Parts: sequence; C-alpha cells; structure tokens
Amino acid sequence: MRALLQQLILGLLLGGLYGLAAAGLSLVFGVLKVLNVAHGELIMVGGYAAFWLFTLLGLDPFLALVLVIPLTAALGLGLYGSLFSFVVRFDEETRIKNSLLVGFGLALTLHALAVRVFTADERSVTTEYGGQTFALGGLVVPVGRLLSLGVALGLIGLTHLYLARARWGQAIRATAEDWEAALLQGIDVRRAYMAAFAIGTGLAGAAGSLVIVGYSISPAIGLEWTLKALIVVVLAGLGSLFGTFVGGLVLGIAEAASAMAFGGPYREVVGLLIFFCVLLARPQGLFGRS
Amino acid sequence: MRAPGGADLRWLIATMLALIALAPVPLVVRREDLLNLGVVFLLSVALAQSWNIIAGLAGQVNLGHAAFFGLGCLVTRSLWVTGTPIALAVAAGAAVATTAGVGVGLAAFRLRGAYFAMGTLALAEILRVTVGNVLPDISTLPATTIAAYRLTHRYYAALALAVLSVLVVAAVGASRLGLGMRAVREDEAAAEASGVGAFGLKLAAVALSTALAGLAGGVFAYYHISFYLQHPFSPAWTFDAVLITFIGGVGTLQGPVLGAAFYVLLKEYLAVRWVDVHLLIFGVLFMAIVIALPGGLSEAVQRVAGRLATSRRDAGARLTG
Repeated sequence: MRALLQQLILGLLLGGLYGLAAAGLSLVFGVLKVLNVAHGELIMVGGYAAFWLFTLLGLDPFLALVLVIPLTAALGLGLYGSLFSFVVRFDEETRIKNSLLVGFGLALTLHALAVRVFTADERSVTTEYGGQTFALGGLVVPVGRLLSLGVALGLIGLTHLYLARARWGQAIRATAEDWEAALLQGIDVRRAYMAAFAIGTGLAGAAGSLVIVGYSISPAIGLEWTLKALIVVVLAGLGSLFGTFVGGLVLGIAEAASAMAFGGPYREVVGLLIFFCVLLARPQGLFGRS
Repeated sequence: MRAPGGADLRWLIATMLALIALAPVPLVVRREDLLNLGVVFLLSVALAQSWNIIAGLAGQVNLGHAAFFGLGCLVTRSLWVTGTPIALAVAAGAAVATTAGVGVGLAAFRLRGAYFAMGTLALAEILRVTVGNVLPDISTLPATTIAAYRLTHRYYAALALAVLSVLVVAAVGASRLGLGMRAVREDEAAAEASGVGAFGLKLAAVALSTALAGLAGGVFAYYHISFYLQHPFSPAWTFDAVLITFIGGVGTLQGPVLGAAFYVLLKEYLAVRWVDVHLLIFGVLFMAIVIALPGGLSEAVQRVAGRLATSRRDAGARLTG
C-alpha cells in the first residue's frame, strides 16, 4: 500500500509537468487550429537551454526560466514567421493536416540538430536540492520535483491571468473563439496568432527547464513528450488551462497506477489507450463541432 | 477497369522500365554493399508505395504504418525460423498485417483527418511498447540458414515486391476504386453525398496498403540476418515512408519511386561523409515541400518538362515566324 501511494505521489509530481507541457500545445491548437507535433522537441530545446545555463554559468534551472522562456518564445516567433504563418492561411481541416506535416518535419530537424550539436548523450543536472527529500506520513517527497510542480502551476496561473486580463490576452481569446469576428472587431489576427504561438513555445521551454530539474533529457525525448502533451490535450479538451493542468495530473497518476499493476514498461501504454478511447468517443475532434 | 492513360501511363512505363533495368544488376555487380543498397531501395519503394495507397490515394494519413510492417516481419520471421517455407511464412505475415489493418480501420475510420493520424500513431506505439516488453530479444537466423544465405535471392524478392507495389498502385489508381478513393480524399462529405461509400473504400485502401506493408516486412525478415524484434515496429519506418512519399510526390504513381531513389542515395552519400546529417537535410526538405511544393519531385519534374516544352514551342514559333 505504501509503495503504491509512493508511486502515485511520484506520478502526480510528473503529471504537473505533463500539464505544463500540454498547456502550450493546447493554447496553440486552440487559437491557431495548428497542431504542432514538434512541441516535444521544443520542450527538449528548452531543457538543453537550461542544462547549458546550469553547466556553463552555474545558473539554477528555476532561475534560468527567466532566460529560457524569452529565448524559446523568440524561437517560437522565428518558427511562426518561417513555417506556421504559411500554414494558417488554409481552411481549418487543411490547416490541421498541414501543420501536422510541417511539425513532423520540424521535429525531425530539431532532433537531428540536437544530436549534432549536443550529442545523443542523456543529460541531467545535479542541484543542491536535487537529492533532498522530506517525509510526509511515511512517504518520500523529492523537494526538486515538488518545486517543479509548484512552478508549473504558477506559470499556468500567470498565463491564465494574461489571457483573462491583458489586452493582447483578450485579443488572443477572441481570435480563438472566432477569428473572423475578431478581425471585424479590429483585432490583428495575425499578431494574435504570433503571440499565442510565442507563448506556447515559451511554455514548452519552461516545461523543458523543469524536466531537467528532476529528470533527464536527450535529443530523443521529443516524440515521447509530444505524445504526453497530446494525450493530455485530448483528455482535458481545449479552453481551460487549469483543466489541462488537472488532465496532466490525471495522466501522471494513471501512468503510475498502471506501472504498479502491469509493470514499469507498460506505463506508456495506459496513456495511449486513454487517448485512443477518448478520440473514438469524440470522433468529430476537439472543437466540439461535427 | 480502365487502362491507365496519358501521363500516368507514361510514368508507369518509365518506372517499370527502371525497375526491370535493375533485374540484371546482381549478374553484373558483385559488390555486396551495392546490392544491399539495392535491397534497401527496393524495400523503400514497396513500403512507401504501400503508404501511398492509404495516405496518397485515399487521403488517410496513417502515422502507424510501422505496425503493419512490423507485424509482417514478426510473423514471417517466427514462422520461417521454426521451419515453415519462406513463401508460406511471408504470406502468413501479410495475412496477419492485413487482418490487423482492417481491424484498425474498423475502429479508427470514425476519426477524421488529423485525429486519424494521431489515433493510428497511438495504436502503433502501444504495439511497439508491448512487443518490446514481451519479446525483448534479438532474432538471429540459425547457422544453417546463414550458411545457405544468398544476397541475390533477397534482392530478387525485394525487386518482385517493388514491381508488385507499383502495379497495385497503378491498377488501383486507374480503377473505379481509385476514383472513389480520390473523391474521399478531396472531400469525404461531398463524396458520401454523391453516393460514394467512403467507409468501404477506406477499408479497401487500408487492406491493400497493409497487405503490401506486411509483405515488405516479410521480405525484411527474409533479408536481415539479425535484428531486435521490436526494431521493425519503430516509428522510423513510418517516417521513412512518409518522407519518401512526400519528397517524391504524394498520391502519384511515380512519387514513391522517385522519392526512394532520392532518399536512399542521398542518405547513403551523406552517411559516408557526415553521420546523421541526412535527417537534418530531409527534415528541412520535407518542410519546404509541404509548404512550397506540395507535389514533390514529381511536380518539379513536370514543371521543368512543361517549361522546356513551352520554350521549345516558343523557339519553334520564333523560327517559323
């Protein structure tokens, strides 16, 4: 029983990162109707940025967020300008399909580039609090991972506040709701797209920095994280960032439970099964229209 | 069934001639590395052509194609090493792959567009993880089989499969079936409204596609001496098929053949000089094609040919005028 609870706690902590990873994907998907399957690779890039800031400058991964988020958001601007701005010109169905293909090419490119520049080695950082834990009713809670969960929730809260209150945040939400109506209200839809994409990549970068705190990264982690984020987006639906966060926690816990029940290697399978079943239950897709 | 006409017929003749020209190669070439390259090229043609049926003709972007290649490979290998004749083992592998393909189709064809792509990717990953857990071992051919191994046999098996895959795509493309598949690809709702049974057509496409993928897996099992049983289930096989088909020209007869030649040769050339740079180049090339040249190499060839024809006509007009 204690072992199960312990695994569930670890699953919950990992689930917070799934939630943050999915938040960026969900925002981009919801606003641009673009499915960026290179999202996991952007997380990987954020992880490497934090890794090198730590290794070369000794910058703590949590502090590094201050640099990593703007850097990856800028990368997002570049990617939007060079790739996805061409994709958003199509109607919705073609848009999703083409973005899938462009994202696939981007994922391959970033993966190959990372292998070339960073080598295929697995990387992780050793912080002072990295090995520290505290006991909670006989269960062990790693400090670093708990902090990550808190920061992930904090970032999602900030993004939510921005979308709810800020002028451009409201423009982004209006665009997500109905881009033609937004255009008629005088909103620069292209800029709203660009802003949403940059925020989405910034969130991916942040997720990468937090991954490096408690786990490890390598150029190959992209597909795995893309799948996790996709599973959470499908599970939680679009529209609510906190819903996405909770979806991430649910996936983390479900993985931990299935790893206990069927053995470690099957932790990947449960999420994919949930994903497929939810898709089948909602074949018209995530926008709720048939 | 109508005979393929016009440009399709010319491309069919051209690709068949190119493949037939590869037939005498093992009689002349003794270098094993070149013959291995030939096998890889021919298998790539078959695998890309099989993906082309479901994604190019019927418009269903199946991102779980590796599952069917893997199933064909796994079944063929298991039967063959336990004494089943290779032809029978390959047939059984293709049958299992087709059955699985139809099963996946029955469940997943309720999903449209990108959701179908994501669903098939998820299913293939489930299968890959499960195979890796249940069968973590390397499969190596028995010593007696290795002693009797002739690369030439593998080469001809791959050649026969490549020819078959081109003929299947040509036949389907020119038939009523292919016409219906293209209608579903362009607009499923409109096709349904015009009395085209989209579900049945998509099932036919997935059956043909996975049968060919299973056969390709079978030939891979016959060809490769030693590999992890999980290896043929890797998403890399899907990605290869997607890249090759898009580079060559998705939905065309010649696309996968042109794409495979380009992909395999450039990959080989680059791998000799810079390890792993090829994926970088293909990734960028792929994005460029999706955004700027959706018809791939085929479209590029046709544009150049068209421009040459026009300029020749212009030159002729100037001379006579």
